Amino acid sequence: MSSGPVLYDVAGPAERRRSRIISVVLTVVVLAAAAVAVSRLAANGVFDDRWRVLWDVPMNFAGYETKHVWQAVFRGLGATLLAAAIALPLAAVLAVVLVSLRTSHLLPVRWLAIGVIEVCRGLPVVLMMFFAILVIPGSTPLMAVVFGLVMYNAAVFAEILRAGIAALPRGQTEAAESLGMGPALTYRDVQLPQAVRMMLPSLIAQGVVLVKDSSLGYIVSYAELLRSISRVADALTNASYLLPLLTVGAAVYVTLNVLLSRLAVWAQRRSGRRRRAPVVVGTPTVEV
Amino acid sequence: MRSLLLEHDLLWQAFSTTLMLAAVSGAIALVVGTVVAGLRVSPYLPLRTVATLYTEFLRNTPLTIVFFFYVFVTPSMGFTLEYKAAAIIALSSYTSAFVAEAVRSGINSVGVGQAEAARSLGMSFGQNLAIVVLPQAFRTAIPPLINVLIALVKNTSVAGAFSVLELFAMSRRLTNVHSGDVLGILAGVALCYLIICIPLGRLAAGIERKVAFAR
Repeated sequence: MSSGPVLYDVAGPAERRRSRIISVVLTVVVLAAAAVAVSRLAANGVFDDRWRVLWDVPMNFAGYETKHVWQAVFRGLGATLLAAAIALPLAAVLAVVLVSLRTSHLLPVRWLAIGVIEVCRGLPVVLMMFFAILVIPGSTPLMAVVFGLVMYNAAVFAEILRAGIAALPRGQTEAAESLGMGPALTYRDVQLPQAVRMMLPSLIAQGVVLVKDSSLGYIVSYAELLRSISRVADALTNASYLLPLLTVGAAVYVTLNVLLSRLAVWAQRRSGRRRRAPVVVGTPTVEV
Repeated sequence: MRSLLLEHDLLWQAFSTTLMLAAVSGAIALVVGTVVAGLRVSPYLPLRTVATLYTEFLRNTPLTIVFFFYVFVTPSMGFTLEYKAAAIIALSSYTSAFVAEAVRSGINSVGVGQAEAARSLGMSFGQNLAIVVLPQAFRTAIPPLINVLIALVKNTSVAGAFSVLELFAMSRRLTNVHSGDVLGILAGVALCYLIICIPLGRLAAGIERKVAFAR
């Protein structure tokens, strides 16, 4: 159901008048509900001077200025992006390897790849980060975050790529074989490039998940955005500053992810000109 | 593994807490998400706007931030939630956004002729949605919904970092106490998650294949 409303009729004049009245009433109801919520919150002191922390930190904290607050925000954002920027290429490379193993002619190799993919997809990312901290000797929080992100996202990327390869016309592989290309060369030069292009929207959507997941670093005490925000509130010894700071943090994530999603839509439109991408079983548009 | 057997009471308690969090938040998220999806295809702009803002905001915010809000920020706004309640609210509100998206894409996959036929019989929007479109939408939406639930099961681990004693929090506690058996404890906990997630994933793939053939 893409073009125009199908669930309800295009309204005639009487219906249009009625629905305009209903719309106005609903708008009033929604706004009134919002107003009630806001006034309740205001009564609880939510709109007091705590918001000033964003532009004018109270002076009683020796040497702590507004610029330090924003430095903490940007340092946190930088750490978040750093973890994502390291994890993304590593996950992509590992996924390419996993897919090639998964389509191997040797049964044990295939089983190994399937096992790794299923386990990494079925475990919480936090648990894998925690595993890295305890088991990898000399691991830093950054390494733990990257490890968790890489293992999980490599498995998901591998499933996406496999679906893309499965959706290629058989003729592609047959033509490569008839040219005398072996399985490795066929995979590298024929199947993989086409699968990546076809599945680009899903891959980017998973990239958004990866960026969001980097905030799990908070739990393994990696100083990403959320952790450095909560440190600001600690430094100011006032928990009420968490609300404005967290609002900034959420806004940063929403902006970042909306931009990435726009990129996915744009990629979809480009690849849509060629062929329709298949739906992938179990591709999370989802998940933390 | 030995220490898990020693502490099997704790393990069982943590495992059932994980299941409880997933089941309760999943049920709430399914109901809220379906309602939000319904609002998003409704004829009234204000309802559509509210539903769109709700899904887009929650979908693009990390779960950790949602948890942080309900656990640490709400007290300074004059509400205090118990840890488990905060976890259930955080998990179900976050998951409901993904449920709404899955149901909405299910609604979009129902043939146009179905809704048109319902309209030509004189059905209203509500009847059309409830009697004709949603039952068919759920059919296609079931595999993605199962995937949402799998994600939810894994997401319950975030609650462990916010003072709820479930599997992840238990693994943190036990690896502290029995530091000689770290690998065994982590393997056992991983197994608990896989026992839930892998069969659910298989179920989703199986249903997906069936629905794909039926169409």
